[in-house]
Amino acid sequence: MTTSAERTTPAASSIPGAPELTQEETLAALGTYQFGWHDTDVAGASAQRGLNEAVVRDISSKKDEPDWMLQLRLKALNTFEKKPMPQWGSDLSGIDFDNIKYFVRSTEKQAASWEDLPEDIKATYDKLGIPEAEKARLVAGVAAQYESEVVYHQIREDLEQQGVIFMDTDTGLREHPELFEEYFGSVIPAGDNKFSALNSAVWSGGSFIYVPKGVHVDIPLQAYFRINTENMGQFERTLIIVDEDAYVHYVEGCTAPIYSSDSLHSAVVEIVVKKGGRCRYTTIQNWSNNVYNLVTKRAKAEEGATMEWVDGNIGSKVTMKYPAVWLTGPHAKGEVLSVAFSGEGQHQDAGAKMVHLAPHTSSTIISKSVARGGGRTSYRGLVRVNKGAHHSRSTVKCDALLVDTISRSDTYPYVDVREDDVTMGHEATVSKVSEDQLFYLMSRGLTEDEAMAMIVRGFVEPIARELPMEYALELNRLIELQMEGAVG
Amino acid sequence: MSTLEIRDLHVEVETESGPKEILRGVDLTVNSNETHAIMGPNGSGKSTLAYSIAGHPKYTVTQGQVLLDGEDVLEMAVDERARAGLFLAMQYPVEVPGVSMSNFLRSAATATRGEAPKVRHWVKEVKGAMSDLEIDPAFAERSVNEGFSGGEKKRHEVLQMALLKPKFAVLDETDSGLDVDALRVVSKGVNEYKAQSDVGILLITHYTRILRYISADRVHVFVNGRVAESGGPELADELEENGYVRFLGAAESSKEEQPA
Repeated sequence: MTTSAERTTPAASSIPGAPELTQEETLAALGTYQFGWHDTDVAGASAQRGLNEAVVRDISSKKDEPDWMLQLRLKALNTFEKKPMPQWGSDLSGIDFDNIKYFVRSTEKQAASWEDLPEDIKATYDKLGIPEAEKARLVAGVAAQYESEVVYHQIREDLEQQGVIFMDTDTGLREHPELFEEYFGSVIPAGDNKFSALNSAVWSGGSFIYVPKGVHVDIPLQAYFRINTENMGQFERTLIIVDEDAYVHYVEGCTAPIYSSDSLHSAVVEIVVKKGGRCRYTTIQNWSNNVYNLVTKRAKAEEGATMEWVDGNIGSKVTMKYPAVWLTGPHAKGEVLSVAFSGEGQHQDAGAKMVHLAPHTSSTIISKSVARGGGRTSYRGLVRVNKGAHHSRSTVKCDALLVDTISRSDTYPYVDVREDDVTMGHEATVSKVSEDQLFYLMSRGLTEDEAMAMIVRGFVEPIARELPMEYALELNRLIELQMEGAVG
Repeated sequence: MSTLEIRDLHVEVETESGPKEILRGVDLTVNSNETHAIMGPNGSGKSTLAYSIAGHPKYTVTQGQVLLDGEDVLEMAVDERARAGLFLAMQYPVEVPGVSMSNFLRSAATATRGEAPKVRHWVKEVKGAMSDLEIDPAFAERSVNEGFSGGEKKRHEVLQMALLKPKFAVLDETDSGLDVDALRVVSKGVNEYKAQSDVGILLITHYTRILRYISADRVHVFVNGRVAESGGPELADELEENGYVRFLGAAESSKEEQPA
C-alpha cells in the first residue's frame, strides 16, 4: 500500500447531488444526472491508486484465484503497458491511469438476500428502484454490482432447476473453472486492444451466464451496475455462453453518481452463441458525464445462431464502444441496434463490427444518434466479409439527428469485402430538427422543449421499441431531461 | 362570445432577393359562431395569413395587430396561441416519424386543456371523433402523418380540431386535393364541431366547392395581400361564375411595387 492512497480528493467538498439545484444550475449541467448522489465512501478510502504488478497479484490473491488466472492477469498487464493509447476515435488524454483505484471491495462476502445487504448499499439501491423491480417480478434475477464486487444476487429457482447459471463472474470462476478455462478470453483475448488488456489484468465482478442446450429463458436476466468510489475504475468482466438451441436475453443498466474528477469504466463482454442458439444483450448506459466508457463487446455466433446487441449510450464523457459479432458458422445472424445521445462536452463514438466468416451469414446494423449543445456523435462501423463467406448479406443504416447548429455528427463506415457473391446495403442520413416539425407540434399547444423532446423520442423510437418496457420508459425520461432547455 | 380581430396586418417573408411583403394591410373580424370564407387566387397571400395568425417563424409581421378578445396574439409564442384557443388546420401537415398519432393527440389535448384528460373518457372521445371522420382506428398507432394520403392528412387535421376544441379555427385549403367523398366527410366533421361549439371559422379556399358543404356567413375575396371585397354567400356565387378576373384587374395597378 502506498501513502498516496490517503491523499484527500478535491472533489469531496463539492459533491453534487444536493437536491437544491437552481433551475440555471440544472440547465447548465445538462445531462445532469438524476442519480447524482453518493453514499459515504467507506470501502474506497483504503484502496490503492495506480497500477503495478503488486496490485494485480493482490486482486488475484484476495479472490483466491487459480494460478492460471493470475498468470493471465500478469501477462495482460504486460500487454497493457506495452500497447500505445489508441490514436483514433475520441480524445482520451484526460485519463490518468495513476490516479485510479483498480480494486475496491465493498463488502466482505456476498449477501444471499436483500435483507442481508449493508444499510448504505440498500439505500443506494432503493434510490435506483431495484427492490420495486424485484417485487414487480419483472426480472428473473438481479445481480447488482456495487463497486467491484457483486454483493447482491438472486436467481429464481426455476432457472436453477433448468440448469441456468447466473452469477457474478468471480463466483463463476470459483464454481465452474472448467467453463472458464475453455471460454474466458476465447472471444476477446487480452491482447485485442489496450483496454481489453487492462480489463484482463484487473477485472473484477461482472455477470456469468450459462444456458444449457435447448433451454429458453423467457424472462430477461438483469443486472445493475454502479460506480460509487470516486476515481474508481470499474472493470467488470461478463461471460455468457448460450448452448445449442438455447435462448437468453440479458439486460444491463448502468448508472453512476456524479464526481468532479474523471472515472474510467472499461468492461469486457464475451459471448458465445452455439449452434442454433440465440442471445440478446441489452444495455442502457447512463454514466455520469465525467466517465470514460471504453468497452469491448464481442460475440461469436456459430452455425444458425443469432446474436443481437441493443446498445444505448446516453451518459459518459467519452464512450468508445463497437459491439461485434463474429459470424463463424453458416447461416449465423448478427444484429446491432444502437442509440447514442451526446450533450455538452460529450463524445459518443459508437457503432458496430460484423465479421462474416462463413457462407450464408447475415448482419444488420441500425444506428441512431442525437447530438445537442455542442455534443458530438460518431458512427464507426466495420463490415468485413472474408473469402469463403459467399451468399452473405449485410445492411447498415445510420441516422444522425442534430438538434442545433453547434453540435457535430460524423460517420466512419469501413467495408472490407473479400468475396464476390455478397449483398451489401449502406444508408446514412444526417438531419436537423426541422422548423416545420417544431411549428406543427407547437401549434398544437406543446412548448418548444416538449415538441423537441417528442421529435427526438420519435427519432429513436425504432430502437426504444426493442427495449424492455421499463427501459423504454427510462430512455424516454432521460431524453426529456436532456432536452430541457435545449432550445433557444 | 369571443372575437378574433385582424387590423391592418402587414407581413413579409425573407427571399433570396431580400424581404418581400406578402400581406399588405389585412382587416378582418370574426366572431364566435361565424364562418368566414377567404377566397382568392394562388399567390394572393391566403396561406401567409393563416401562418401569420398561428405564428410561423418564417413570417415577419411588420405592422398591424391580431387580437383575441383584445389580447395581443402577436406577442404570444406559437404554443401560447394554441393554448389561448387558436387552431390552424394546415394545408400540408408535417410528418413526425416515430410519434404515434394517439400519443401526439393526447399530448396536444393535455397541453391545450391544461391537464391530462382522464384515460377512460379520452379513449372514448378519440374513438368517437375518429369514427365521425371515418378514420380507421389503426391510424391511432401510426406515426403522425407519416405515409398518410392527402385525404387522410386532412381528416386528421379536422380530428385534431374536434379534440382540441379551439375558439377559432383557421382551415387552410382543407378542401384541396380531396375527392368528393373525402370532401363530404371532412365537411361533416367541421359542421359537427360547429354545431357542438361556438367556434369561429376562417375557411381559406381557392374553390367555391367546399361552400356547398360548409355554409359561410361572410365571404371575402383576397387578392394581392389584402381583402379586396367582402360580402354575403352570394359573393361566392359570383366567383363561381366569373372567377377572380374582376378583382385581379383591380389589383394590377398596385402590382409594380411587388417584385415578381
